Amino acid sequence: MITRLTSDINQVQTGFNMALRLLLRSPFIVFGSMIAAFTVNVKAALIFAVAIPLLALVVFGIMLVSIPLYRKVQKRLDEITRLSNENLAGVRVIRAFRKERAAVAKFDEKVSAMTKLNEFVGRLSAAMNPVTYVMINIAAIVLIQVGAVQVNTGAMAQGQVVALYNYLAQMIVELIKLASLIITINRAWACGDRVGQVLATENDLTYPKAGPKVTNSQVDFKNVSFTYPAASAPAVSNLTFTIKPAATVGIIGGTGSGKSTLLKLLTRFYDCGEGEIKLGGVSIKELTQEELLDQYALVPQKAQLFAGSIRDNLLMGRLEASDEELWQALSLAQAKDVVLAKPGQLDFQLEQEGRNLSGGQKQRLTIARALVKQAPLLILDDSDSALDLATGARLRQALASLKDVTKILVSQRASSIMQADQILVLDDGKLVASGKHEELLANCQVYQEIYYSQFPKEKEVKEDKEGSR
Amino acid sequence: MKKQDKKMTSWQAMKQLLPIIGRYRLLLFISIILAAVSVIFQLYVPIIFGRAIDQIVGPGKVDFPAIGQDLVQILILVIVSAAATWLMGLINNKLTYRTVQDIREKAIRQLQLLPLSYLDQHSSGDIVSRIIADTDQLSDGLLLGFSQLFSGLITIVATLAFMLSQSVEITLLVLVLTPLSFIVARFIASRSYQMFRKQSQTRGEQTSLIEEMVSGVNVVKAFGYEKTASSRFAEINHRLQEYSQQATFYSSLTNPATRFINSLIYALVALAGAFAIMGGRLTVGGLSVLLNYSNQYMKPFNDISSVITELQNAAACAGRVFELINEEPEADPVDLNKADGDLPEVKTGSVVFDHVNFSYQADKPLIRDFNLTAKPGMRVALVGPTGCGKTTTINLLMRFYDVDSGGIYLGGRNIKDMSRHALRKKFGMVLQDTWLEEGTVRDNLAYGKEDATDEEIIAAAKAAHSWGFIRRLPQGLDTPLSADSLSAGQKQLLCITRVMLLDPPMLILDEATSSIDTRTEMLIQAAFDKLMQGRTSFVVAHRLSTVVNADLILVMKDGQIIERGKHADLLARGGFYSQLYRSQFAKFPS
Repeated sequence: MITRLTSDINQVQTGFNMALRLLLRSPFIVFGSMIAAFTVNVKAALIFAVAIPLLALVVFGIMLVSIPLYRKVQKRLDEITRLSNENLAGVRVIRAFRKERAAVAKFDEKVSAMTKLNEFVGRLSAAMNPVTYVMINIAAIVLIQVGAVQVNTGAMAQGQVVALYNYLAQMIVELIKLASLIITINRAWACGDRVGQVLATENDLTYPKAGPKVTNSQVDFKNVSFTYPAASAPAVSNLTFTIKPAATVGIIGGTGSGKSTLLKLLTRFYDCGEGEIKLGGVSIKELTQEELLDQYALVPQKAQLFAGSIRDNLLMGRLEASDEELWQALSLAQAKDVVLAKPGQLDFQLEQEGRNLSGGQKQRLTIARALVKQAPLLILDDSDSALDLATGARLRQALASLKDVTKILVSQRASSIMQADQILVLDDGKLVASGKHEELLANCQVYQEIYYSQFPKEKEVKEDKEGSR
Repeated sequence: MKKQDKKMTSWQAMKQLLPIIGRYRLLLFISIILAAVSVIFQLYVPIIFGRAIDQIVGPGKVDFPAIGQDLVQILILVIVSAAATWLMGLINNKLTYRTVQDIREKAIRQLQLLPLSYLDQHSSGDIVSRIIADTDQLSDGLLLGFSQLFSGLITIVATLAFMLSQSVEITLLVLVLTPLSFIVARFIASRSYQMFRKQSQTRGEQTSLIEEMVSGVNVVKAFGYEKTASSRFAEINHRLQEYSQQATFYSSLTNPATRFINSLIYALVALAGAFAIMGGRLTVGGLSVLLNYSNQYMKPFNDISSVITELQNAAACAGRVFELINEEPEADPVDLNKADGDLPEVKTGSVVFDHVNFSYQADKPLIRDFNLTAKPGMRVALVGPTGCGKTTTINLLMRFYDVDSGGIYLGGRNIKDMSRHALRKKFGMVLQDTWLEEGTVRDNLAYGKEDATDEEIIAAAKAAHSWGFIRRLPQGLDTPLSADSLSAGQKQLLCITRVMLLDPPMLILDEATSSIDTRTEMLIQAAFDKLMQGRTSFVVAHRLSTVVNADLILVMKDGQIIERGKHADLLARGGFYSQLYRSQFAKFPS
């Protein structure tokens, strides 16, 4: 993908540049010569009329064969790009498993396969120049022979033969130039195709141009099912529940239970296959993109920040937020200390993907970023996983102070969600229970299993805890 | 902070490029010979054509046998010349792609050899752009260079020879005038090199941005950040356009400029020739041949000047690749060309951190005076707030980074004196970041032990509780892994299985279970407990429930150990650890 956006476009640029310089000249010279030849002697000029289409046939024939091959070359380049990225991402694992040599061998294999392919296509392209050269010269030989006969019978003057020969010579020069650049143009063609494919990819999610406003933040799921495009089993099936405005809702379940999918459907990263999702009583499919985006602030599972200052990153939430509001959000997100400790504070520059911060610091900043948005719906997708426990606890307490906001907390940790007004328990894509912590602990087997896996001693000390509270 | 990268000039880049090309000097030599054959024949063909045309004097006076002979001669020359051109093309192809392959392979090796400090500090987009886009540009430039530079030069020499045979004085005149063309081309080329370099740099920046946006696409979408991202992209793109335009502008200037000068020279030759004819030193026929050749002789200059701009671009790109290649590898790097064979056996046993100090940035000490003795078979847990240096400790133990002062000893030997591979062979590592290769499930499980049998793999998978879902995958162990097909937890289970199969004497679990739900974790924990039995293990964790069974818990804060002991002792002490622990178990934290 990234190769397509950079390397390919670059190839197209180079090729287009060359082609413009060349194609604006060469055809005029070739066809100009042909027309000029006809004004000199029609019979002899017929040689041109035969030779030029033949040449065109050869040129286009070679292009026709080689362009798909260049597309293959570009695909190989894609693979090497992907492999480079994979290697950079997994450098610690590769080194820990002492697989440096295997990684290099894999690369070498791909690189030499690409070299082979390049050489093969190169062989074809290299034939262009000599073949056209031979053809033109044969045309010239025929011209001289015909000219000699014509002059002998007096139908033509020697000067005319010279003129015709000069025209052919002009064509030779141009065609040789064309042939030498054909590789560049061919590659550009193949790359242009690939860029075109990206441009032609349609966005399958469409939003209405105008739609109703959302007046309250009640969330309704009605018989919602969804299967990922490549998957065989549905990721969630038949989900039905209601989240009341300003409630705190916890969603809990094991890995692969459908928690993240549920959020993706709510935020319309995907459209649910069956069923309906409503926000404030309106189907989310009827909302404009802006209206839907205004409704929620998301803290994603993977703490993703971007190169730029901390302020830039926080302002992603709401561009017009004041510094005061930023600090407020940071304080709620337990990130104030993090920013205060950085040189330049809000102006501290983050590197690409925020790699100069620790995981927990990044996570708190992403929470602050969402809070800056001040949306009626706050969604935290397992976003306290990298926080140490004390910080996590303080964060939950701080969030509880946001009275008007509907909070959806997705987590694997019972401690993160057990104070919620309502807890949805997901297992294998299905909603197995819904209720308060105490009810679920009493009645729901999945919840019990999750809870006791995290609080092993709770069973015995339950009564004591009640007392100490 | 980011090191100031050493920028390479085009001259330095060329100097480094030449020896690499030199490896194929035999091919280069043949290519030049073939270029000579093809050019000289091509230059000679028009002469015979001229001779043939001279035979066509007028009606009835055509010497057909002579023409026939000439034409056959032409046909042979043309075919030989064409064959030489084709062969030259093949050789140039080989020359270019082999050279580029050599360079790319070197660059790729750097990925494995560079210290992590370099890789952690540089954007991967930029590194990848050097390996991919820059080498690609280099290859285009070289190909054009090889195919046009030599034939251009030979054309010049050959035409000069033909001209000398006609008139020495006019040839000298031409020789005096041609440097003009060179000077102009050089002036322009130096300007365009700057621009090409900037172009290449900006492209790297663009790749970084694209990569960042693509990997963070969910956030970009959720915050409606597309517009801002697009405008950032547009800004860089605009700059790229500017540089490209200027680069192209200067390089296109080369062509018309040299063309203009060449026409000037042509006119001067005609003038001088006219005087020479009046002085009787030259015939009219001689002048027409001279004029023709002086034109021929200029043409390669046009070609060469455009080749030079292309080579400038290639040199700028080569410079960026070489910067990566010349980056100093880590001390005592892994020998990539030789299999490990029998690694010197490292005696495992106690692990000792002795007054270890370390910082990623010289001005910000992180690990300070860190001391730890882990007896053989001991289970050591590292806990503490984020950024306290837990993972850094692991980085030092695995020699991803080397300590600034102090030492780490394994079985009594300083790990700095062991080869990295010998050291790492003793450790199995599971990280929070689940990283899997593209390939099948089997490829990934057997990652550390390629010769593992299916039975072994399945046994390990069962032990790590991954067999349950692997079995249900459409093709079982042969299922290819693609980006979205597995959940984070399932990926982590595969990573754990990978280590389980390796059965290493020591273990490092760096937040290994943080992306797995606790129900599954309970199961894996049992497997881990089994795996850790009798093995020295280092466990980094947030969840204290996973460390309560450790033999030694180190509580870290700001790079130092503030508490150490067993779970029960630490809890009883009522310090930082007990605070942390209670915050997990209290329902309503105070």
